[in-house]
Amino acid sequence: MATLISGAQMLVECLVKEGVDCMFGYPGGVTLPFYDVLYDHQIRHVLVRHEQNAAFAAEGYVRSTGKVGVCCATSGPGATNLVTGLVNAMMDSIPIVAITGQVSTKLIGSDAFQEADTFGITRSATKHNYLVKRLEDLAQTVHEAFYVAASGRPGPVLVDVPKDVFQAKGHYQPVASIHLPGYKVFTEGHTGQIRRAAQLLEESERPLVYAGGGIIAAEASGLLREFVELTDTPAVVTLMGLGALPSLHPNFISMPGMHGSYAANMALQNCDLIVALGVRFDDRVTGRLAAFAPHAKVIHVDIDPAEIGKNRVPDVPIVGDVNRVLTRLLKILRESPAQPERTGAARRAWWKQVRDWKEQRPLETSISDSEIKPQHLMTEIDRLSGGEAIVASDVGQHQMWAAQLIRFNHPRLWINSGGLGSMGFGLPAAMGAQFACPDKLVFALVGDGGFQMSIPELATIASNGLPVKIVVMNNGYLGMVRQWQTLFYNNRLSGVELDCFPDAEKLAGAYGFKGKTIDQPWQLAPALEEAVREQGPYLLNVRVAPMESVYPMVPAGASINEMVFGPPQPVPVPVPVK
Amino acid sequence: MLQVISLLLENKPGALMRVTGLLTQRGYNIESLTVARTLDPELSRMTIVVDVDATLRQQVIKQMNRLLNVLQATDLTESPAVTRELVLVRVRTAQQTRTAVLKEAEIFGGRVVDSSTEGFAIEVTGDPEKLNEFISVMGSYGEIDVTRSGVLAIALDAKKLRLQPPVPTGTGNKLEEKVI
Repeated sequence: MATLISGAQMLVECLVKEGVDCMFGYPGGVTLPFYDVLYDHQIRHVLVRHEQNAAFAAEGYVRSTGKVGVCCATSGPGATNLVTGLVNAMMDSIPIVAITGQVSTKLIGSDAFQEADTFGITRSATKHNYLVKRLEDLAQTVHEAFYVAASGRPGPVLVDVPKDVFQAKGHYQPVASIHLPGYKVFTEGHTGQIRRAAQLLEESERPLVYAGGGIIAAEASGLLREFVELTDTPAVVTLMGLGALPSLHPNFISMPGMHGSYAANMALQNCDLIVALGVRFDDRVTGRLAAFAPHAKVIHVDIDPAEIGKNRVPDVPIVGDVNRVLTRLLKILRESPAQPERTGAARRAWWKQVRDWKEQRPLETSISDSEIKPQHLMTEIDRLSGGEAIVASDVGQHQMWAAQLIRFNHPRLWINSGGLGSMGFGLPAAMGAQFACPDKLVFALVGDGGFQMSIPELATIASNGLPVKIVVMNNGYLGMVRQWQTLFYNNRLSGVELDCFPDAEKLAGAYGFKGKTIDQPWQLAPALEEAVREQGPYLLNVRVAPMESVYPMVPAGASINEMVFGPPQPVPVPVPVK
Repeated sequence: MLQVISLLLENKPGALMRVTGLLTQRGYNIESLTVARTLDPELSRMTIVVDVDATLRQQVIKQMNRLLNVLQATDLTESPAVTRELVLVRVRTAQQTRTAVLKEAEIFGGRVVDSSTEGFAIEVTGDPEKLNEFISVMGSYGEIDVTRSGVLAIALDAKKLRLQPPVPTGTGNKLEEKVI
């Protein structure tokens, strides 16, 4: 007869079975029984300084490893503070499991102290959520949560556990299987459609791969590389997919979309076939949807049936795991005899055209003598990284410049908040990545706005001695909003000036590590090198040209070939006639 | 345009909230919604009528199918199906028109479920348009109160139910073991 154990002990047993070695959390009244069990356990619990950052750190952990991340919060405010992180994970398809405490089952619905309707609040913030009211359901639910988070289109799953369920004692029955009859996971892809895709590829004169975060989630970057090489197809890679194809690969045509490169956008607008792999035709990529890729037939591979045809109706829909589908497509392509004479000349002309676009308007990397250009900062980080460092970015101008200019040789190096665009993401995400990859060089590349949203995590970084290199691209503004006000609101700068920023050296010093502020171009390379050489954390505050804007830019509502490459020329104001 | 959806879903806490929440979240207006247990008490059958652009009908079904508790979502708008609705009408009527009201009810296949000196309570089932007519006819006889059940639908041809088989536990965290 097995001994009786508590719900909290069962939960920890389940976490161990799921291979959890590290979790991010913040304790509270109702999670006390759970934390009491953790006290004796080898699972590393990282105490963050705000629950939102527990979710963001878990996401950084996931994105750098591919393992499911775990975060934990108490009932009421703890759970509500997690919500932004959950929605962020939902938008970017990141598998995390959130454990929240809830007031005892007898108190649910009584407006008890620190009670919130976590189950209701997180319904739309999660892929699926649970409220566990009986101890008998706990183990089954936790295993289900991990399975649901990681399988199919990954996403966040929340398990809400009342205090009395943590405390109740029962026999632990290991759970052998999970039965979710209504959970539909499509992996293989339709054979007929895969054949049609191969045929369209064969016939295409101007094919283009449009690859995204799905490639990284499916661990399919090797297959993507094989595919673009075998078919000799240029590839644009989205913000979520950077690293899916090495940035130095000859077929890589950088990022498309609102701040994408000229070549990437022109390639999309002029190709005759889009091979869309693990992407969702997001509005930031397509611009005005009706004018997007007007000449192209579309092959769309995605694991989520609801993404197929949501924004662009494909000619060949393939619902499946892009890893499995690419494997099968490659097999067909290798077996079918190539007929280069049919499309060879056209393909060569297409490649020449794409290369010409790249040369005509390369991404801006000018350097100034008097002030640090943000692009200069990115190229210096790129030089130090050599395509090998993890860069966790926040949201805004610096994110776009980084995506344009920093190269990534592998997947899981570029970590950012793509779909939701949550400011404050960069620092905790870098933290999560550094916990997962202690020996890797990790940059937290943040703006002065987003950095101040998650400043409390400096304490977590310091107390754990995490050697994160925090680089603040400080332009004294909420730069992206400022850019829009300049361009579209007559430069009426409203509510965007960040006129107070702490002294970086003193701030880092207060936490016991090194920091520095620089504002001259000649200081940039030595300061970054010093930061990287430093054993522990480092805070480098880089004052950059304040009014620099991100280009190219596709104005909202425009087609992606209607790019703007610089500030509008001043229009002479007509003198009123008396 | 109105879309008729039939859902088979697990009878679990929160399942209804997931369905209605999803419709609200995606901006689809619910015209009517009915839900009750099936022969299998662990399952519920829901009929939902939503006001949605015809081009988005498939998207609505796909979104419904994403819900873990939904075993099957079927679009019955254009497929062979029977739709029925029940209405209860209480009509206050004067002595001299009582017979006429009963005759009208009979024409609509109605059944008197309560009769008093004030008037009648009448039950009618039918397709929603027929009920609209009945309600407007009753309204011409006097003051009325109306309660409608919302549409119930059943497909005339059986659609094969595909259920996922069980999977062993511990497959959640094995993503990194996939062959690259």
